Amino acid sequence: MSILEMTAVELGRRIKAGDVGAAEAARACLDQIEALEPAVGAYVTVDREGALKRAEEVQKKIDAGELKGPLAGVPVAIKDNMCTEGMRTTCSSWILYNFIPTYTAEAVKNLEKAGAVILGKTNMDEFAMGSTTETSACGVTRNPWNTDHVPGGSSGGSCAAVAANECFCALGSDTGGSIRQPSSFCGVTGLKPTYGTVSRYGLIAYGSSLDQIGPIAKDVTDCAAILETIASYDKKDSTSIAREDCDFTSALTEDVAGMRIGIPRDYFGEGLDEEVKQAILAAAGVLKEKGAIVEEFDLSLVKYAIPAYYVIASAEASSNLSRFDGVKYGLRAKEYEGLHDMYKKSRSEGFGPEVKRRIMLGAFVLSSGYYDAYYLKALRTKALIKKAFDRAFEAYDVILAPASPSTAPRLGESLSDPLKMYLGDIYTISVNLAGLPGMTVPCGLDSKGLPIGMQLIGDCFQEKKIIRAGYAYEQSRSYQAPGLAVGKEVR
Amino acid sequence: MANIISDETIEYVGILAKLDLSEEEKEEAKKDMGRMLDYIDMLNELDTSGVEPMSHVFAVNNVFREDVVTNGDDRENILKNAPEQKDGAFKVPKTVE
Repeated sequence: MSILEMTAVELGRRIKAGDVGAAEAARACLDQIEALEPAVGAYVTVDREGALKRAEEVQKKIDAGELKGPLAGVPVAIKDNMCTEGMRTTCSSWILYNFIPTYTAEAVKNLEKAGAVILGKTNMDEFAMGSTTETSACGVTRNPWNTDHVPGGSSGGSCAAVAANECFCALGSDTGGSIRQPSSFCGVTGLKPTYGTVSRYGLIAYGSSLDQIGPIAKDVTDCAAILETIASYDKKDSTSIAREDCDFTSALTEDVAGMRIGIPRDYFGEGLDEEVKQAILAAAGVLKEKGAIVEEFDLSLVKYAIPAYYVIASAEASSNLSRFDGVKYGLRAKEYEGLHDMYKKSRSEGFGPEVKRRIMLGAFVLSSGYYDAYYLKALRTKALIKKAFDRAFEAYDVILAPASPSTAPRLGESLSDPLKMYLGDIYTISVNLAGLPGMTVPCGLDSKGLPIGMQLIGDCFQEKKIIRAGYAYEQSRSYQAPGLAVGKEVR
Repeated sequence: MANIISDETIEYVGILAKLDLSEEEKEEAKKDMGRMLDYIDMLNELDTSGVEPMSHVFAVNNVFREDVVTNGDDRENILKNAPEQKDGAFKVPKTVE
């Protein structure tokens, strides 16, 4: 097996055993990046020199016995909305084209402390607003399974980089499905933790009450190990939660006997691709064979999640993105008359159409006269959706659902109709509204050869249950990389 | 389309959002926003009377700490990101006559 085909945890083990050097692993990734980036375009920034230097420093600490964790020496990629000290952080937006953070996001810091080697920053939808990575100002990212298709979004660069073996694992962020949907499209495993589990300090905010950082990797074991590493209580994030049950790798057991798995009937109706449906139901069958109790049920309120989400996320975005004004960092317009005009011109030149669309919608729903009718209505709907999940989790340990109604669309198909693109988030969005953990696990390919992902949803703080279900399912199949990633001829 | 966004509304939203929109962008925004609001109006089917608005899923409390500086003076590095700076401060166009 070549180095690149290992999982992150396997690689970490081999590095510790002295079979593989940390610099050797980093170099393997950097060479793969050089070879495949013209076709994939997963990265916004690649820090070749820095990565090799860090790998050597980490190797010394491993040799000295100072670094013992599972990720020591493992090369990773970071979504470009997490601040990295001294390394450009753009959010894939022109307004931050030259921003060099003076500090590192807490989650990234936790990875660094564990000895992970950062290769660079990955492409994303501008400010994480989008479902295809096509709203990026930094160019297109292509799906390694078929480069005519999108990788999904907004963490499309992170997912494509993992699928293309351009890193061993990556961090993404998930506000309405931005880890789970692209993981599904790229055939990788991605986990969005319970809100508050991973610090948002240094994550450039989109919808603060929904944003959560999580791992993207080749399998459930890697995701559990990474989550264990990045989860921490952080005083610098006022919504951070002090959890005592962060030993997520302890849930990596095949035991699902008696586990109650609910399949929401209302997720399997109109709009769901038949091949995706069959793959999800087949995965449910595998878990049933292993002893889980699988039942259908009615979740209710499903169609209200998207409108509620777009009100809440846009409202928070309009507030969060007011900090980009051409004063402290980023783009400043060249020509303007006075301070106010400078704000307006800088923002108008710096933000792309999707970001402007959401800022305006957000400003509108928060404006006097509309606040009650739209914003408070959406927050009330959120409360009802949370209650619907509470009821579901009284009966079930895990909810099993698709991650997306279809496999990856072709490039250029989605942006012309924003509302249609928003509807693609129907299975992921409610999880953010309710603060729940959710994980995408690959469960097959469609007839076009594009990956299908199933989504496992747990109650708040019940990551271990979805990890257990995902791990048990995963034992029935082996990880499949796209031909492009392993040097096979592809289109 | 049930929601017709007027020129005045788009003008007002542009001011709130601090965006300078071209005529073409304004027309586009009127259409987009009207369509989104039509869709969002679906929420009116739900009876939410007596339901408290939920801003956070968990009870969020203010986190207090002693007012002690723990990070160092990083002025020089921070100012490196500023489009314009002067005398150790961010420089902006003249705002007070």
